[in-house]
Amino acid sequence: MCSDPGQNMIRDAIRDKGLDAIVVGSCSPHMHERTFRNAAVSAGINPFLVEIANLREHCSWVHDDLEAATQKAIELVRMAIEKVKRDKPLTKISVPVTKRVLVIGGGIAGIQAALDTANAGYEVVLVEKEPSIGGHMSQLSETFPTLDCSQCILTPRMVEVHQHPKIKLMTYSEVVKIEGFIGNFKATIKKKARHINEDLCSGCGLCITKCPTKKKAYNSFEEDLAFRPAVYIPFPQAVPNIPVIDETICMYYKNGKCGMCVKVCDRGAIDFDQKDTMLVADIGAIIVATGFKLYNIDKKSPDSRYKGYGEYGYGKYRDVIDGLQFERIASASGPTSGEIKRPSDGKVPKKIVFIQCVGSRDDSKGISYCSKICCMYTAKHAMLYKHKVHDGEAYIFYMDIRAGGKMYEEFVRRAIEEDDVKYIRGRVSRIYEENGKYIVKGEDTIAGMPVEIDADLVVLATAMIPQDNSAALARTIGIPYDKYGFFNEAHPKLRPVESTTAGVFLAGACQSPRDIPESVAMASAAACKATILLSSDTLEREPVVAKVNEDLCAGCFYCKKVCPFGAIEVKDVKDLNGIVYKEVAYINQGVCQGCGTCTATCLSKSIELAGFNNEEIFAEIAAL
Amino acid sequence: MDKEKWEPKIAAFVCNWCTYTGADLAGTSRMKYPANAKMIRVMCSGSIDPVFIIKAFERGADGVLVSGCHPNDCHYNAGNFHARRRWDFFHELLDFIGIEKDRLQFSWISASEGKKFADVIEKVTKDIKALGPFTAYKKMNSEFTAMFPEIPEADKEIVIKEKETV
Amino acid sequence: MIYMTSMEEVIMKYGYFPGCSQTGSAKEYDISLRKVIEKLGASFDEINDWSCCGATSAHVTNHKLSSALAMRNVMLAGQQGLENMVAPCAACYNRLITSQYEIANHPEIRNETEELLSAKFEKDIKVINILELFLKIGINKITENRKRELSELKVACYYGCLLVRPAAITKFDDAEQPVSMEKIVESTGAKTVDWNYKVECCGAAHSVARRDIVVDLSKKIIEDARSHGANIMAVACPMCHTNLDMRQRAMKRAYPGHEEFPVLYLTELIGLALGMNEHELGIDLHYINYKYTDPVLDNSVIR
Ligand SMILES: Cc1cc2nc3c(=O)[nH]c(=O)nc-3n(C[C@H](O)[C@H](O)[C@H](O)COP(=O)(O)OP(=O)(O)OC[C@H]3O[C@@H](n4cnc5c(N)ncnc54)[C@H](O)[C@@H]3O)c2cc1C
Ligand code: SF4
Ligand code: SF4
Repeated sequence: MCSDPGQNMIRDAIRDKGLDAIVVGSCSPHMHERTFRNAAVSAGINPFLVEIANLREHCSWVHDDLEAATQKAIELVRMAIEKVKRDKPLTKISVPVTKRVLVIGGGIAGIQAALDTANAGYEVVLVEKEPSIGGHMSQLSETFPTLDCSQCILTPRMVEVHQHPKIKLMTYSEVVKIEGFIGNFKATIKKKARHINEDLCSGCGLCITKCPTKKKAYNSFEEDLAFRPAVYIPFPQAVPNIPVIDETICMYYKNGKCGMCVKVCDRGAIDFDQKDTMLVADIGAIIVATGFKLYNIDKKSPDSRYKGYGEYGYGKYRDVIDGLQFERIASASGPTSGEIKRPSDGKVPKKIVFIQCVGSRDDSKGISYCSKICCMYTAKHAMLYKHKVHDGEAYIFYMDIRAGGKMYEEFVRRAIEEDDVKYIRGRVSRIYEENGKYIVKGEDTIAGMPVEIDADLVVLATAMIPQDNSAALARTIGIPYDKYGFFNEAHPKLRPVESTTAGVFLAGACQSPRDIPESVAMASAAACKATILLSSDTLEREPVVAKVNEDLCAGCFYCKKVCPFGAIEVKDVKDLNGIVYKEVAYINQGVCQGCGTCTATCLSKSIELAGFNNEEIFAEIAAL
Repeated sequence: MDKEKWEPKIAAFVCNWCTYTGADLAGTSRMKYPANAKMIRVMCSGSIDPVFIIKAFERGADGVLVSGCHPNDCHYNAGNFHARRRWDFFHELLDFIGIEKDRLQFSWISASEGKKFADVIEKVTKDIKALGPFTAYKKMNSEFTAMFPEIPEADKEIVIKEKETV
Repeated sequence: MIYMTSMEEVIMKYGYFPGCSQTGSAKEYDISLRKVIEKLGASFDEINDWSCCGATSAHVTNHKLSSALAMRNVMLAGQQGLENMVAPCAACYNRLITSQYEIANHPEIRNETEELLSAKFEKDIKVINILELFLKIGINKITENRKRELSELKVACYYGCLLVRPAAITKFDDAEQPVSMEKIVESTGAKTVDWNYKVECCGAAHSVARRDIVVDLSKKIIEDARSHGANIMAVACPMCHTNLDMRQRAMKRAYPGHEEFPVLYLTELIGLALGMNEHELGIDLHYINYKYTDPVLDNSVIR
């Protein structure tokens, strides 16, 4: 039937016999409903006056008893006929599209997505929760597989974002609410108080140098390897280059004294009374790029999904550090100015042990997946170390080396062959401290021997896990996430940058562990998807939506409670004199997704779902 | 009625996204199951009104199956949670109104569970067969139609047809 | 309030499975444990006709035998109307709970063992180790009944490998960084030290066949404790005690200049705090002489 001759048959029958509705007994509506509707339309019938009796998947293919199957087929057709008799012509709903994209997260993925979208000519609101954009890439020293300096390639992009006329950059801000639907979202964004007037501040940093609270808080950009004062800029290349005052340690907030920054700031930019502000923006599409965080080996609460590593000391040894800490130590702008020194006593380590797959690929610690990037960055770390400490020894404990990617395997070979990094295949069972050395006990599974190395520094390649608030954010936006908290793509192969929620796209490590090239590729793809969406002025939607019969509605608003999309509003009904005499439910046709939960909930039966109204279903039941 | 030959009539209310698609999969995989159940497609299990079920019994169904997406997998996020709550209450009520609880069955079948779909239909058909034909409401229905002759065209056909077969 | 008294009874009365060592090489562990328990107001109900638990060679030579031996004792405890049983030896404890675990999770082992013993395992007996015992009795009881401050002692608490591992089976404390023994020791007034070797292996049953290995491993344990500031070690296993105490002689031969280091059973340490003397507790049976000198009472406690 779905072939051209079949469709022609339908068209001819409609014309010749003057039909006003049709029933097709064929395959599943999920296969060819659209085909037959189009055929009907071309013969002048409303597409919603087409019903399909599923005689293939639900009947002929699944029943052996021919007689029973034939009888069932007859009944299925009869049901479809009874339904189509009561079907009403419907027209597609068209909704306008707001031409603005919200990008959540200002790491490399968010930056790339914002730039691509803005360069396509659309407005962008980029929301970043930290005081500066840049994400994890800004913390890296050099990047695999080319060993080019991370800051050098990132900073120009950060500046470009800042200066782009189409991008509104909101740092130190968070998305607190998303309402609406594809093409018509409404985002509520909280801008946290910086206590610095952004318009007046010139970024001179005088307040920072004069603030007396020098060593009050760990510098999280430096992965707690350094301290910062109460008023700070996370790192020198920060964008925007405007400080933040940390209320929790600032002396002014403690006892009302100090105010040193106010005295030194000649532009009068310090504003202790600044409050959090809320901003509401109309948005057409959303790109989520909130990235990842690193698993740490600390002891976890018993109810945590993850377990810590007691065998590595639960984080009590200062010279057992993670990958990002090593990046900071290796970074020319880091706390050691790029000299490899260990945190406890500042000595140059002569022997470093790197351990891969810490947390990753370990069901007993709660993470089954491979974090994908750590094989590569561990090779990078060992190389950087050998380049700086020529007489140093670097050992890497690994399970497998997973270096899939352009120039990746070559990179690892270089570490082994040119830089003499010693790879040991096996796990480490224990680390403990002995006279300033870290005794690493492990196994060499190739030699079949236990090994013991007295290292000066141990670097753990800990797993990439979702940001702490990822599940909460997913619920705010209304997108699904996996059991770890990574956001789910709509289809793992064919729709990798779309979420299942229409109009919401994903980029970077918030979806699963990703390196920079992949994050950037995803970001550009997501930007492309978003701009496709914004390129038309209106969107067409299936007219399967619910509608309230206002005469019957009793105004109980139970429907409002059950609607999963918040499509139901309260509407005033006025008499001729304009006086409100009752309140009824009103369904926003743009927001309604057509699930029909409200119809079953409504006690007065005053809501009907177009295409599936009670009369139609009763007719089907009657024809059973 | 000949109990040997009697085949139960089962109405299956299924959601468009999971169970209906799961049934399609059972079809494309050529799985075999009894022909007793006929499906009524709705958009979401959340939209299935208990009245539909009562109506189905009234119109001659011997059993009813209601099936939607697995909890947390609902295409509409939360529709099946509302459905689940509703059915929990409704199931209790069935007993009270004189319908054996087992005549109404629920399941969650995802779009990838063709096998489960076939198994569920198999099981429901077997269970209903064991319970035997459901006559209470049919009798009432014919009395009812006798009282109110002006019923819609479509319904009338059914009644007539039923009289013929019985 | 019948309810209360019966509750009280449940907590303060324990089934007791001494284990073979307790009657021989670890006699002092048995002696001190019984005395301490009595002082703390708890009581033991020894399992009648208990036998070897299968922990030594049985579990490496004959799996069936090892689970039958272990379960025989568990079964006896059940027949005696006990709810729980204390196994002070870490190796016994480990063997008993491992057998219970295997029987709970592998129906074929269960059937086989039940057949061997011509019995059905119906009653769930909770096997508890020495640390759990003191935690159940309540460490506040130790503090309340304390007669001496052991504040001069800096104790390295040694768990060994069997007391807290495998975590999935013992389900008790942290397998890698346990702290429960420290809590108990601190209730005596003694200090504890943070050290590295608390769950390392001492060589256990190799004590006889491969003394060289045991001496090396045990030496490392003692030296790590010493280097972290400990002046005494507390253990909770007869096997560990043998290796760490008795083998110090061999250590002296292998490592000339080895300085003696006192190793006490946890129960002996508690006994000291409760006011008992070395002789009462059997400390004088150790190879490494040890005598607690109380700086305040100036050793006035009668010997
Ligand atoms: C030690 C280490 C070394 C690495 N080395 C390399 C390398 O050499 N080469 C390479 O290709 N890759 C490397 N990577 C991987 C690289 O860091 C990631 O691929 C990249 O950072 C992913 O970018 P992203 O934008 O997706 O996430 P992120 O960099 O994590 O950025 C996410 C941003 O979103 C913000 N954010 C989070 N939640 C919210 C919220 N709710 N609201 C607003 N903003 C939010 C965060 O503050 C952050 O700025 C390395 C990773 C590690 C851990
Ligand atoms: S007022 Fe706060 S931020 Fe300003 S200088 Fe003083 S402590 Fe620093
Ligand atoms: S990328 Fe390498 S180190 Fe990281 S989890 Fe995968 S295999 Fe382990």
